[in-house]
Amino acid sequence: MIRNHVLICGGTGCTSGKSRNIYERFNTLIAENNLTGEVQSVMTGCFGLCALGPVVVVYPEGAFYSQVKEADVDEIVSEHIIKGRIVKRLLYQETVKEGEDGVSSLSETSFYKKQMRLALRNCGVINPENIEEYIAYDGYAALAKALTEMTPQQVVDTLKASGLRGRGGAGFPTGNKWQFAKDVPGDTKYVCCNADEGDPGAFMDRSVLEGDPHAVLEAMAIAGYAIGSDQGYIYVRAEYPIAVARLEVAIKQAKEYGLLGDNIFGTGFNFDVEIRLGAGAFVCGEETALMTSIEGNRGEPRPRPPFPAVKGLFAKPTILNNVETYANVPQIILKGSEWFSAIGTEKSKGTKVFALGGKIQNTGLVEVPMGTTLRTIIEDIGGGIPNGKKFKSAQTGGPSGGCIPASLIDIAIDYESLLAIGSMMGSGGLIVMDEDSCMVDIAKFFLEFTVEESCGKCTPCRIGTKRLLELLEKVTNGSATLATLEEMERLCYYIKDNSLCGLGQTAPNPVLSTLKYFKDEYLAHVTEKRCPAGVCKKLISFKINEKCVGCTLCARKCPVSAINGKVKEKHMIDKEKCIKCGVCAENCKFKAIDRV
Amino acid sequence: MKSIEELKAIKAKVQAELNTRDAVGDADTRIVVGMATCGIAAGARPVLNAFLEEVKNRHLSGVKVTQTGCLGMCRLEPMVEVYVPGKDKVTYIKITPDAVKKIIAEHIVNGNVVSEYVIRNNN
Repeated sequence: MIRNHVLICGGTGCTSGKSRNIYERFNTLIAENNLTGEVQSVMTGCFGLCALGPVVVVYPEGAFYSQVKEADVDEIVSEHIIKGRIVKRLLYQETVKEGEDGVSSLSETSFYKKQMRLALRNCGVINPENIEEYIAYDGYAALAKALTEMTPQQVVDTLKASGLRGRGGAGFPTGNKWQFAKDVPGDTKYVCCNADEGDPGAFMDRSVLEGDPHAVLEAMAIAGYAIGSDQGYIYVRAEYPIAVARLEVAIKQAKEYGLLGDNIFGTGFNFDVEIRLGAGAFVCGEETALMTSIEGNRGEPRPRPPFPAVKGLFAKPTILNNVETYANVPQIILKGSEWFSAIGTEKSKGTKVFALGGKIQNTGLVEVPMGTTLRTIIEDIGGGIPNGKKFKSAQTGGPSGGCIPASLIDIAIDYESLLAIGSMMGSGGLIVMDEDSCMVDIAKFFLEFTVEESCGKCTPCRIGTKRLLELLEKVTNGSATLATLEEMERLCYYIKDNSLCGLGQTAPNPVLSTLKYFKDEYLAHVTEKRCPAGVCKKLISFKINEKCVGCTLCARKCPVSAINGKVKEKHMIDKEKCIKCGVCAENCKFKAIDRV
Repeated sequence: MKSIEELKAIKAKVQAELNTRDAVGDADTRIVVGMATCGIAAGARPVLNAFLEEVKNRHLSGVKVTQTGCLGMCRLEPMVEVYVPGKDKVTYIKITPDAVKKIIAEHIVNGNVVSEYVIRNNN
């Protein structure tokens, strides 16, 4: 009989923190202490608090141990597991009860309190490589319900009534998409899953696949039943080895249990799923390019219409949904559309998962109801900006999205509100920037990304983004004029209006939104030849001020020997030699080096 | 998988095993077994396992079996504390696996404290 469950995070973040070694050490100690059968160790999916990984949770006490090292495992076993004494020094600080033995509930901590985990409900709860644990948490019950109690049209109607919209970025109503594909006549149809998560900093879909792969398989089978398809494809990038491995295990187990394959639940419904690995091209996240890639061709988009629902994969009717969208489907079928549509805002129902990154205390994975304010996500859940710096902007939607300025921090996040301010939901990357970030440089970063990832098929995107980047470089190196800014804006709209696919149509968004909300920073670069955040190297220089005591530290640290001066005398920087790396200013103990 | 009954059977079986993978909540009845060196030496481990076994066999939901360190009176181990929400804590002493069955049946299920194992002033 199991008395203690030890859950060890097996997400990518904690795995890079050597959580597998921790898992193995637990197994060794459990065996050595004859606790096999009493204590069970389990590798789970992501708990969300990646900043404090590797994470270990011991139940039933619910002790949440953070930043655990392999060497700490012995203490957890000998103290907590064997003697029932919780190891306080390893507890997540917020769950420590002062002067008491127990721990306070994790769901009451500020990181989890305002979250609502629907898509992530099983992440950090079940062993993703054990189908029976998924079944214990209502797994495959939705498929059973759909197959035995509902007609395909009722499934589609439930989806429509729930208000679920695509979580991959554009927010198209999922039920409508399924209806289109259902209504197109044809014997062969396909169900595809877009797991080609390409936005820099985004890892929501990876975490769902790593933590709860069966939810996606179950939802795809439900979709197959709804539209009349017996074949599914998951397109996942090869850079996600853990997600791919868990998916392979999940598909194998589902087939063994007869939950994929022929005659599921004896209803005569057949459904199979295959994995297709992507090589990591950003454009393959675009639906038509993704399908072209599955077909075995070079991943390039094609014009729409015809839409995939009519003529998609192998020219057959196809639906393509994102991982997170699918993760919501089984629960909607089980609990009903009213349950789901009661969560969120008027037009955006349910929750959204965000990958919180950048200048934020609690880097990690969070899931909140639609309509949660940016302030709640950043200040309450995210724990604010480290080192007492000021919040400047949040970037959503990756290279297709925009920057939200600090003045709009109280915006309630949903599809419409983000579009209205020139950003977009995107897949859910949320990068926080503080006062040390230069917004022109940020725009340049994202544009460099799209220039690199443009597939080259259409001219506005291939050449337009390159020219736009050159204009941005002019701004950051001080050779731009006011006319450059006007030209940039014109080019942005040209690229948006004329590109073939979503990549080009949204590529100028980071530039447009920073131009809109941080015009003053652009103007400082252009008219004063100054970078207010001190990031753009061409526009900054370093100067030694009167506080210099002549300690010689900066001269010794300078990698290009650009600093001269005698001991106990004020030093000088040779501007010809200086590469503006900033090492001198970082090391000076007297604040004697100014960045101007 | 040929039928929904099969799915339900797997669910019921695994759910019982995963009962302990849930943090203890305020509404739960807690059975806390002293598992320090003294407790273990006096036989606390079979007692803890017997509690888990009984809770599982009787499908008791909202009853959580956990462990704690030394309760301070090592000569009276194995000691067990039972917290029923809204009632005073009951401390049992010198518990054996047989006593566990009694405590579950009479105290946890029927709400009657098993007085023969309750700690007294003269212990």
